[in-house]
Amino acid sequence: MSKMSDFMGWVDHRIPLTATFEKHMSKYYAPKNFNFWYFFGVFAFLMLANQILTGVWLTMSFTPSAEEAFASVEYIMRDVEFGWLIRYMHSTGASFFFVVIYMHMFRGLMYGSYQKPRELIWIFGMFIYVALMAEAFMGYVLPWGQMSYWGAQVIISLFGAIPVVGDDLVTWIKGDFLISGITLNRFFALHVIALPLVIVALVFLHIVALHEVGSNNPDGVDIKKYKDEEGRPLDGVPFHPYYTVHDLVGIVVFLFVFCFVIFFWPEGNGYFLEHANFEEANGLKTPAHIAPVWYFGAFYTILRVVPDKLLGVILMAAAIAILFVLPWLDRSPVKSWRYKGWISRINLVLFGLFFILLTWLGTQPATGVYAQLGLIGTIVYFAWFLTLPIISAKEKTKPVPERVTG
Amino acid sequence: MKTLIALVFALLPTLTLAAGGGVHLDEMKVDLEDNASLQRGAKYFANYCMGCHSTKFARYNRVARDLGIPEDVMSENLIFSGENIGMLMKIAMRPEDSKKWFGAAPPDLTLVARVRGADWIYTYLRSFYADDTRPYGVNNAVFKDVGMPHVLEELQGKQVKGCASVVTGFDPLTGRELEEDSCAKLDHEEQPIEVLYLEEEGQLDAKGFDKAVADLTNFLVYMAEPMALERRSIGFWVLLFLAILFIPVYYLNREFWRGIH
Repeated sequence: MSKMSDFMGWVDHRIPLTATFEKHMSKYYAPKNFNFWYFFGVFAFLMLANQILTGVWLTMSFTPSAEEAFASVEYIMRDVEFGWLIRYMHSTGASFFFVVIYMHMFRGLMYGSYQKPRELIWIFGMFIYVALMAEAFMGYVLPWGQMSYWGAQVIISLFGAIPVVGDDLVTWIKGDFLISGITLNRFFALHVIALPLVIVALVFLHIVALHEVGSNNPDGVDIKKYKDEEGRPLDGVPFHPYYTVHDLVGIVVFLFVFCFVIFFWPEGNGYFLEHANFEEANGLKTPAHIAPVWYFGAFYTILRVVPDKLLGVILMAAAIAILFVLPWLDRSPVKSWRYKGWISRINLVLFGLFFILLTWLGTQPATGVYAQLGLIGTIVYFAWFLTLPIISAKEKTKPVPERVTG
Repeated sequence: MKTLIALVFALLPTLTLAAGGGVHLDEMKVDLEDNASLQRGAKYFANYCMGCHSTKFARYNRVARDLGIPEDVMSENLIFSGENIGMLMKIAMRPEDSKKWFGAAPPDLTLVARVRGADWIYTYLRSFYADDTRPYGVNNAVFKDVGMPHVLEELQGKQVKGCASVVTGFDPLTGRELEEDSCAKLDHEEQPIEVLYLEEEGQLDAKGFDKAVADLTNFLVYMAEPMALERRSIGFWVLLFLAILFIPVYYLNREFWRGIH
């Protein structure tokens, strides 16, 4: 026995380190036919780590007060050693987190990863998405620029549309009659402590649930049906080392794109860092055009599509809520779109394109043809969900192969 | 290769500008590597702008170091408030006073280039014209009814707005400029198109004034993001590292997956 295995034996008698590593890495069998779309889970994990690490360092120099917040961000950008790098990693990371999450979710739609028995994985994922939206919104308020302030003004005022309790609720969220340093301070507390804890806990549950039932794959077939004499899935490979080395390739490519933006394009044409947010918050000066950050665009468009505020809020909430019940809307006998009918496949592509359109519209003024497009996009968005139970149950599917197709 | 990449990204900011209320903006080429231009810009800024506008998020010594200005020269020529060179570039004018004098407190300009974009600043500073209805006798074609006086008037001279002959093209045969009265054409509101033209020359000729404003704008672009050059040069090495790292990672993956079919 070597010194190392002696030590590992000592540890394993006290905490199941080797057993846990084997269960989740070296003896966790993942389908061998993962494609491009299966990189985005690990990218999301990478972005979470990036946000937490850079966030910790930003916190060291950030001052969460109405008087100092804006100046302390510029202090980070100018006087803190590599502060600009940490800040750009964090701001770019926020946008990339959402890009990655949207791709990850779309992957789920393509291959039916939310279907039985993976409903809980999807539900936990949706909770992560909602928590992430809250986290991003509050983080955006912290630099205390014009868009931070007026964006917060718009979003918080939405709660005012709720009958009876609306106005009191708005005051309660703000902690003041106006958005003020008090609001900023509580958003800081929620952004750096409460929501990150919630997100990390949910990610843990997301992965525990995933490893309980095993990963889906582009064919949507169950790899546990065919095993060798030792009980290993014939179409599976141990996650470690096969997918660790595989993901590493994806991570290097992803980092290339990520770093390109950080170092050469941090403002992202005003989509990652909005131009107006380089001006300090001023409660007396309303910007001509208040636009949310791009990743809220789709839901913002849906909010604005009806002239009535309460109805808009209900529509927006419904647009998010309906995603939660997706596992029960899809009644198809097959998981992957590869074996669904052509109507399903075309519909999914249209749904993706219209979601992109809605996202873009959210960053534009809602006038003229844009308002009409927003209405059409909203109808398509909801129609996709509402027709799914009928189309998925009625349409003719192709035979699903017994084994994965490579 | 490196210069090529640097060049491509030097051009990017010009594509990323915030629109300025539908007014046509003249394009300006930002060059953060042109230290002489940045130094001239800093000089103009200290002489013409800093009386009213702070750049309170930046420090004097950082500007001196980045622009290659010796600290004693900086202290003597660019710091008027008698402050220490390590201090933030604040101004003595109180916002309460300036609000009374100009109608609005002159904004801090540290980040103006990131809010408005270089083209906007470049065009705005060249678009003042005489207008007797305004408190300081000038208006601005880019920023209508702005509270700011034309501080660069001694350099530019007196600019007015009205009908003037403008170059509309070139004769294809002779190469001669074709001119036309601007008011002969109508804009989208059916109004004759008035243009800005110089009535009295200032200390600089038209070309010299454009260059001075370009220097000043260049300086403000530097001011808004002083680490921009460092960011790009580090970025080059980071991307190079990742590109090289890709090779072993790719072959490592291929080696492991060789037996999997």
